[in-house]
Amino acid sequence: MGKLDTQFLIQKLTAEFGDKISAPSEPFALLTFETSKETISSVLAFLKNDPELNFNYLTDITGIHYPEKHLAVGVIYHVHSLVNNVRVRIKVFLDATNPTITTATSLWEGANWMERETYDFFGIIFEGHPNLQRILNVDDMTVFPMRKEYPLEDPNRVDKRDFFFGR
Amino acid sequence: MQNHPVLTDNDPQGETTTLNLGPTHPATHGVFQNVLEMDGERIVSGVSTIGYIHRAFEKIAEHRPFYQITPLTDRMNYCSSPINNMGWHMTVEKLLGVQTPKRVDYMRVIVMELARISDHLICNGILGVDTGAYSGFLYLMEEREHIYEIYEEICGARLTTNIGRIGGFERDFNDIAYAKLDKFLKNFPPILREFEELFNRNRIFIDRTTGVGAVDAETALNYSWSGPILRACGVDYDVRVNEPYSSYEDFDFEIPVGTTGDVYDRFIVRNEEMWQSVRIIEQALEKIKKEPKGVFHADVPEFYLPPKEEVYNNMEALIYHFKIVMGEIDTPKTEVYHCVEGGNGELGFYLVNDGGRTPYRLHFRRPSFINYQMYAPMSRGMLLSDAIINMSSLNVIAGELDA
Amino acid sequence: MSDVKLVEAPPGVEGSGFFATSLDKVVGLARSHSLWPLPFATSCCGIEFMATMGSHYDLGRFGAERPSFSPRQADMLMVMGTIAKKMAPVLKQVYIQMAEPRWVIAVGACASSGGIFDTYSVLQGIDEIIPVDVYVPGCPPRPEAILDGVMRIQDLVRNESLRRRESHEYKQLLAKYGIQ
Repeated sequence: MGKLDTQFLIQKLTAEFGDKISAPSEPFALLTFETSKETISSVLAFLKNDPELNFNYLTDITGIHYPEKHLAVGVIYHVHSLVNNVRVRIKVFLDATNPTITTATSLWEGANWMERETYDFFGIIFEGHPNLQRILNVDDMTVFPMRKEYPLEDPNRVDKRDFFFGR
Repeated sequence: MQNHPVLTDNDPQGETTTLNLGPTHPATHGVFQNVLEMDGERIVSGVSTIGYIHRAFEKIAEHRPFYQITPLTDRMNYCSSPINNMGWHMTVEKLLGVQTPKRVDYMRVIVMELARISDHLICNGILGVDTGAYSGFLYLMEEREHIYEIYEEICGARLTTNIGRIGGFERDFNDIAYAKLDKFLKNFPPILREFEELFNRNRIFIDRTTGVGAVDAETALNYSWSGPILRACGVDYDVRVNEPYSSYEDFDFEIPVGTTGDVYDRFIVRNEEMWQSVRIIEQALEKIKKEPKGVFHADVPEFYLPPKEEVYNNMEALIYHFKIVMGEIDTPKTEVYHCVEGGNGELGFYLVNDGGRTPYRLHFRRPSFINYQMYAPMSRGMLLSDAIINMSSLNVIAGELDA
Repeated sequence: MSDVKLVEAPPGVEGSGFFATSLDKVVGLARSHSLWPLPFATSCCGIEFMATMGSHYDLGRFGAERPSFSPRQADMLMVMGTIAKKMAPVLKQVYIQMAEPRWVIAVGACASSGGIFDTYSVLQGIDEIIPVDVYVPGCPPRPEAILDGVMRIQDLVRNESLRRRESHEYKQLLAKYGIQ
């Protein structure tokens, strides 16, 4: 099977979802578009189950944080059609105070830990996830460390005071 | 074939015991904790806990300029760190639109394939140890030392190599490196053949590994597996072929696939990949001879860190050095996903750049992390000793798992 | 005649049929050449430790032939690799489980000081939770450096007074870390 044309792909998606698909672009030949949190699970299901597109492989799920934007927290999906050898990047932006989105674990079992990791770092709640707990950080952590407002270094450090360095 | 009845939670044969395997269990080769519910020697259910060496790579990366992220990638999959280095450099080159000369690509291929060999050597050697054959490990460790010696000639370090720069290499391969490569290519195949003779048709090893942890292709894809363990299930997905990077399309090699996806198939696939890597290195050495001598980086002074002696003696180099280090080079405000075939599978770098000194966001798609999540579900109904060899054949590297 | 090299006898008084020295020295000599290491390998340095144990460098030459994976039967704790805050209680538990006398090597920059990982999730050196005898620098240290670290421990073991572990200072040191 030949390589899937991105124009064809975007036409097909627009025919199915209309204006729910927004801001399509192609940085480095990788089709990227945005959608809303209401449609994300149907978009993913469509991509996966459509026999022509056949995006059967979930490469990655991750998050991003833009503190200055209205919808500050984003979830980024990379899906891959192994048959057509085409990748697609899907972005969903959410409200930072109440970031909830539908889980992808019903489509791919592999989404389980990826979503837990995203929750751990960004505090994004995946609704319907079987076991949404912290995965990498300690369980009693209260913050979501990858958000931009949290510092890299441990704020409780005592060995980095200025007087140790003659300042 | 071993027959493993899968026990469900509803019909345990009597009482179950809870076994805490890890986080410092010697059989797990790393810090993995699995709390297993055991019925005699069979595992009824398990829960994996990870994060015991979580080092916040992604957060650190947001505070480091591009060229300082290379040492971080070293420490992800430390069994094959050059692949991580090269993957990161190629990601940045893709972002900056840098075209590397063919010779640099071939040099990278040599280093990456050496790294793949050393990764698979550890995995298969340890699998031998876990099935009770220590001698294979000792054979292979000796060869791994020779690979490290080649790294030392190329970059000066053994394990966390930090090979290369954005745009190429920091220096050309020297004559000793070529001599050691030739020696390695001469000495390694007999050792590998001997190793295969020890294991491949070994009755004990076959009985111990066939049927253990068998996974069908559909389940493996559903769990987003990649790398040798996916290929052992019969899916011929290899990033080197699907999306060739670093001129892999110029090379003639095969992608070995298995059929059943069990521990034995993974072992065989890894062994065969080592043979293919040897083939690739031989071809690359031939190809390098045809390329112009002395080219070891792309001619992009605005991105390639100049050598120190030039920085001190040459005005232009000093300016570029200053601009690169202070982050005053304009970089495109866009995002890029680049992946390479790491030792364990598709190693992806998702880089969002806002034109600043540091990445706005850098996410690593770490194959170990994604491969390992199936471990607890697939352990159900296994014998404990089978679960151990299953883990070593997954080749989960703690640094890559926890990032 | 085998080419096995024997260690030199400690200084003492020698005469026909007898040899007198202090018990400290004999015990130290014996201990220093039969250290049972407990490899607590978490990350990259653990791979270099594998090379150290392997055929090329062979830690067994220094009497550390038997890596003891049970803390109850080990006397040298080798901490190799990053210790995250999630791991710290585990490491402390392992240390507490070891019987006296016990020695600790922090192998590599991460175990010694947190290394390049100056982050919220990494313990900035294991000496924040357990006392350390020898630090081995490097990221990761070469196998030779790890061997050197082990030999430094051997020196410490050889010259340690038998009463040190009962001393007030030692008890104070442990109390500082909250270890009984």
